[in-house]
Amino acid sequence: MPDTDTLSIGGTRLASRLFVGSGKYARNSLIPEVVAAAGAAVITVAVRRVDLEAGAENILAHIPPNIVLMPNTSGARNAQEAVRLARLARAAGCGNWIKIEVIDDNRYLMPDNAETLKATELLAAEGFVVLPYISPDLYAARRLKAAGAAALMPLGAPIGTNRGLQTKELLRIMMEETDLPVIVDAGIGRPSQAAAAMELGAAAVLVNTAIATADDPVRMAAAFGLAVQAGRQAWLAGPGRCRETAAASSPLTGFLR
Amino acid sequence: MNTPATTRFRALQEAGLASPAAATPELPALQRLLTQDRLTPAEFRLLLSPAAETLLEPLARRAQELTLRHFGRTMQLYTPLYLANYCVNGCTYCGYSAGQRIERHRLTPDQLRREAEVIAATGLRHVLVLTGESLTHTPPDYIGDCIEILRDYFTSIAIEIYPLSVDSYRELAGRGADSLTLYQETYDRTRYAELHPYGPKRDYDFRLAAPERGCQAGLRAVNIGALLGLHDARLEFLLTGLHAYCLQEQYPGVDLAVSLPRIRPVPGGFQPAVAVTDRMLAQFIAAFRLFMPRAGIALSTRERASIRDGLIHFGVTRLSAGSNTAVGGRTCQSGSGQFEIDDHRGVAEISAMLYQAGRQPVFKDWQTL
Repeated sequence: MPDTDTLSIGGTRLASRLFVGSGKYARNSLIPEVVAAAGAAVITVAVRRVDLEAGAENILAHIPPNIVLMPNTSGARNAQEAVRLARLARAAGCGNWIKIEVIDDNRYLMPDNAETLKATELLAAEGFVVLPYISPDLYAARRLKAAGAAALMPLGAPIGTNRGLQTKELLRIMMEETDLPVIVDAGIGRPSQAAAAMELGAAAVLVNTAIATADDPVRMAAAFGLAVQAGRQAWLAGPGRCRETAAASSPLTGFLR
Repeated sequence: MNTPATTRFRALQEAGLASPAAATPELPALQRLLTQDRLTPAEFRLLLSPAAETLLEPLARRAQELTLRHFGRTMQLYTPLYLANYCVNGCTYCGYSAGQRIERHRLTPDQLRREAEVIAATGLRHVLVLTGESLTHTPPDYIGDCIEILRDYFTSIAIEIYPLSVDSYRELAGRGADSLTLYQETYDRTRYAELHPYGPKRDYDFRLAAPERGCQAGLRAVNIGALLGLHDARLEFLLTGLHAYCLQEQYPGVDLAVSLPRIRPVPGGFQPAVAVTDRMLAQFIAAFRLFMPRAGIALSTRERASIRDGLIHFGVTRLSAGSNTAVGGRTCQSGSGQFEIDDHRGVAEISAMLYQAGRQPVFKDWQTL
C-alpha cells in the first residue's frame, strides 16, 4: 500500500484500516495471535470487562503493546453511564480514545444516537478522542462532528448478526457527505463484506463476532486483513461504476465529429 | 404503580393457554420453526411439546448457533452468598421454611466480610445475595447494609430476596444492587396456594409483579424462573418464557434471563410432583434460546456436573460456581443448606472445564457505576 494512504485519527497515524474487538473469544490468549494475523491497528475493549486486579484473567494483559487501545462503553444505557465508563477507562490507564456505545434495546442492540451525541459532547470537551457507534443517520453524523467526534462508527447491520452491509445506501451517503473518517462497525460477517465496505469508501472497518466465533479465529483474522487491504486498493484504484444497462462498445454518437 | 407487562402476561395466562404437553405439531411444521428468525409465543409453545423432543439434536444445534452469535464463546460466572436463613414463610419444598427445625443464623458485618473475602479470592466479581423473608431479622435496611459492604469486594451484586415495592428496590439499587433474581416458583395459582400454606409469600400477585417492579426501579438485569417439578413442567416453562417475553417487550433495556431450577432434595424430604427429565431440561433451554435469542439463561449447581458440562454448549450463558447454600457456609457456620447442590466444583475447576470446552469464563461483566 502506498505510504501516502495512511489513516489518522485524533492525531494518531494508524498502521492499517482494520479494527478488531476483544469479546466473544474462547480464551483471551487468542487476542495477540488474532491481532498479528489481521495486522489490526486498533482493538476495542469493553470497560465493563476490565478488571485490573485479575492477573492473567485481566483482558488488558492480553493486548499487544503495538496496537491502539480503544476502550468502549458497552453496557451503558444512557449518556451518563457512557461518560462514567469513559472516565473509568482513562483512570485505569487505557488512554484517551473512547468508542461510545449507548444501547437501551436488548432485542436488536441498536445504538441510541441522541444519547450518544450527549456523551460525545461531554467527552470531546474533556479531551477524549471520541468514536461514536451509531445508526447511520446523516443528521446525527453532522451533529456528532460539530460535537467534536474524531470519526463515525455506523453499523452495517445489528451487532453479531453477520448480515453485512444492510445499511449500504445510508453508509454511502454518510461517506459522501461528511469529511470525518467513517468506520463501518457491526454486522460484517465475512471478509467479502469487509472488502465491500472498503470499496464503498469506508476509512476502516471493525470486526469482532465474525473473527471470534469462527472455527479458526486466527486464520479468519488473516482473511479479514487481506480483504480490507484489497477493498482499500480497489477504492484507491477507482472502480468502474455499476450500470443499469449494458454499455455498447460502438457508441451511437460515434459518427459525430 | 402500573405494571403493564404483568397485566399483559396475566392476560396471556388467563386466555386458557393449554400446556405444550397437549400440543401435537407435525414434524415439518417443527422443522420450519428451526429456520425462522423470530418465533411467536404460540410457536415457542410448539417447541416445548413432547413431539419436539424428537428434534432435540437439530434444536440444540440451532440454539448453539444463536448463542455463539450473540454471546460468543464465553460464560459468565457467579456464586450465591446466603446472608441469613430466618423465614416466616411455609414453603413446603424449602429447607429454610419457617416449619423446618434447623439452626437459624444471620451474618454479622464481620462474618459477611470474611465470606466475601473467600469468594473474591477466587476471582469472581459477580455475587448473588440471598436471604429468607423476615422483616424482623433481615429487613431491607439490613440487606442494604450488606450490599454496601459487598461493594468493597464485588463489581456486580444481584439480590434474590423476598419481593419488594418499587421504592424499596430503588433504594437497594441506590446502595449498589444492580440485578434481581426472583422465581415465581409455580405459575399455577391452585398449586401455589397448596405449596405456600402461610406467610406473606401467599400473595401470588404481589410476587408475580415483583420482577416488573425491579425493571421499573432501574435494576439492570432481571432473572426469573419457575421451580421445575412442582407442576406440569412444560406449561411452567412456557409461562416462564412468556413472562420474560412480556417484560422484555415493555423494558427493552433490561437484561432479562431465565433459570430452570429443578427441585432438589431438601432437609424436610419434599418429593417433586412431576419428573423433569434431563432431555426435557435440554429441550427447554434450546427452545428458549430460539424464542429469545439475546436473553440470558442461568444454570445453577442444583444440576450435576455431567449435565452442566453438556448444557453449556447450547444456550446457557451464566453458571454458578463454588456454590454453598448454607449461611456463612464458606467460613464460619456449618448449618444445613437451603437445598442440596449437585456440582461441588470450585471456581478454578469450573474455569478449567470451560477452557477445556472452548469457553472463556467471564469473572467480571459489569461494574456498578
